[in-house]
Amino acid sequence: MRQILTVASKEFHDGLRNRWLISITIIFAILSIGLTYFGGVASGSIGIASLSTTVASLASLAVLLIPLIALLLSYDSFVGEQESGTLLLLLTYPLNTTQLLLGKFLGQGGIIALATILGFGSSALVLYFQLNDNEIIKVFSIFITSAVLLGLSFTAIAYLISLLVTEKSKAAGFALIIWFLFTLAFDLALLALLVGVEQGISQQGLTQLMMLSPADIFRLVNLSGLDSSDINGALAIAIKSSLSQVQLFAILTAWVVLPLTIANIIFKKKKL
Amino acid sequence: MTTTSLITLSNITKEYSSLCALQAINMQLAQGEVLGLFGHNGAGKTTMMKLILGVISPTHGNIEVFGVKPDTKAASHMRNKIGYLPENVSFYEQLTGLEVLTYFAKLKGFSNTNSKKHAIALLEKVGVDHAMKRQVKTYSKGMRQRLGLAQAFIGQPKLLLLDEPTVGLDPIATAEFYQTVDQLKSQGTSVILCSHVLPGVEQHIDRAMIISSGQMLATGSLAELRQLAHLPTKISLQGLDDTLTQDPILIPYIDQKQNNILRVPEQDKMDILRHLLSLPNLQDINVEPANLEQVYQYFLKEKPVDTKSSYSAEAIK
Ligand SMILES: Nc1ncnc2c1ncn2[C@@H]1O[C@H](COP(=O)(O)OP(=O)(O)OP(=O)(O)O)[C@@H](O)[C@H]1O
Ligand SMILES: [Mg+2]
Repeated sequence: MRQILTVASKEFHDGLRNRWLISITIIFAILSIGLTYFGGVASGSIGIASLSTTVASLASLAVLLIPLIALLLSYDSFVGEQESGTLLLLLTYPLNTTQLLLGKFLGQGGIIALATILGFGSSALVLYFQLNDNEIIKVFSIFITSAVLLGLSFTAIAYLISLLVTEKSKAAGFALIIWFLFTLAFDLALLALLVGVEQGISQQGLTQLMMLSPADIFRLVNLSGLDSSDINGALAIAIKSSLSQVQLFAILTAWVVLPLTIANIIFKKKKL
Repeated sequence: MTTTSLITLSNITKEYSSLCALQAINMQLAQGEVLGLFGHNGAGKTTMMKLILGVISPTHGNIEVFGVKPDTKAASHMRNKIGYLPENVSFYEQLTGLEVLTYFAKLKGFSNTNSKKHAIALLEKVGVDHAMKRQVKTYSKGMRQRLGLAQAFIGQPKLLLLDEPTVGLDPIATAEFYQTVDQLKSQGTSVILCSHVLPGVEQHIDRAMIISSGQMLATGSLAELRQLAHLPTKISLQGLDDTLTQDPILIPYIDQKQNNILRVPEQDKMDILRHLLSLPNLQDINVEPANLEQVYQYFLKEKPVDTKSSYSAEAIK
């Protein structure tokens, strides 16, 4: 445990030193405060009715940004240390691969999680003080929790990439591909499936397919509670046959644990 | 040799896909012993260190370090007792030297406060304490190497594996490094070091091991290797000139190019020296036994097929 914390603290401090925490927090804060205000202005005034619009637009931006940021932060976590030789050195220390992996995850995941909480939390607070509506706290805590899980999931996926390749530049390329596949291509494919398949695909089937992408689970979590008039496309259909929030959160959590576990197995077998 | 051997390699073979990096290596290292590992580029020196550290596993054979197999779970506690200097490592560039060393000290089990103290002490020892608050990316090559050494010395290890420790060090730092090795040895630390800079190493190692293309060519103390190689002792003389070329006892030993130099096999050395000292007009005498470099070259030439073929194969590609 001590070893895990030592690694975590180093990774967290690296995140602070490289201005990751502050820049991600600022991006999220500006984004969410901006959307909250101007989203409201566009529809006349800030009100409870626009809360769903706000969260819907926040979610559709966050679903692109959070994975990208998490991948950027962590793609070179292992391959970078492998290139510089410190990974080999670390493994000659009284430190096993699981401890190193978990330490890094705790440190870098901590950066992502904290930035998400601070960045989006700030706008939640601003909104709450203006409107004094408890609904805001509820909606935003669901949003922030799922956003954190989304970030952690892509951190774990980034580790998978980082452990599978042997060159940093390749890892960067793969990270970009993974980001594109999960956030954009997957949805397009779902839409194509909806339109293309003769009898159409059942709502059940669609929802099940969406579980294959953490980004889509995040969308479902944040849109299923809201008026479906704000949402369109594949999602709207899926939502109507939606799983319960608890189930969605459970699957999203699995999307954190599973890649991390696989990464651990790969790390154990990795040749240096 | 003492009975407590820290490291035992029995019949170790390591293959990388098609390439055989080490072949049927047997070796033992006792406590407090310093072993020099020598061989051409790609001979398998680093591979051997990695095997001992347990970061790679042998294809065949058995390794025991501190009584356990280094590539198993049981080995994690023995890692506290091992210091390793990798051949090419660039430490976290954005951290300061002190931060780097503190981090590694913590991972070796030092508490937060002690790790910093220990790190500072080590940085003083290797002479980079003046730059310890600077980022590693501003360090010169030698300073990085010193930082690496400081890292290997963390926690007074019982076993040190040093892969080319003197690369980039200035002459004084090199001398200081070897002093440290002597000092650690006297405290019972075992050391394995490999180096391509042979002069200066010999006084500090107990035993040398020469490997080529993954095979062990020779191992033993320098005196033993010299004997094995039948390398003559070089005796330089002054003041004898003509007496030398006319002395029937000395004639067979005279060097072909310089006739004030004798090359005398080990077993004849004392007789010849006695004879030389009895000559009245001898002004000066200088005796040089074959050095490590000559021993090394002798053993590598013994097996020219392997090294040459690997070079030519490389050249064709
Ligand atoms: N990960 C690897 N995969 C494939 N081959 C490898 C690997 N690591 C080392 N080798 C090969 O094993 C052989 C021994 O390499 P090693 O690094 O042990 O040499 P060395 O004696 O340390 O050489 P140098 O003096 O250049 O440091 C070389 O032919 C090298 O190409
Ligand atoms: Mg080497």
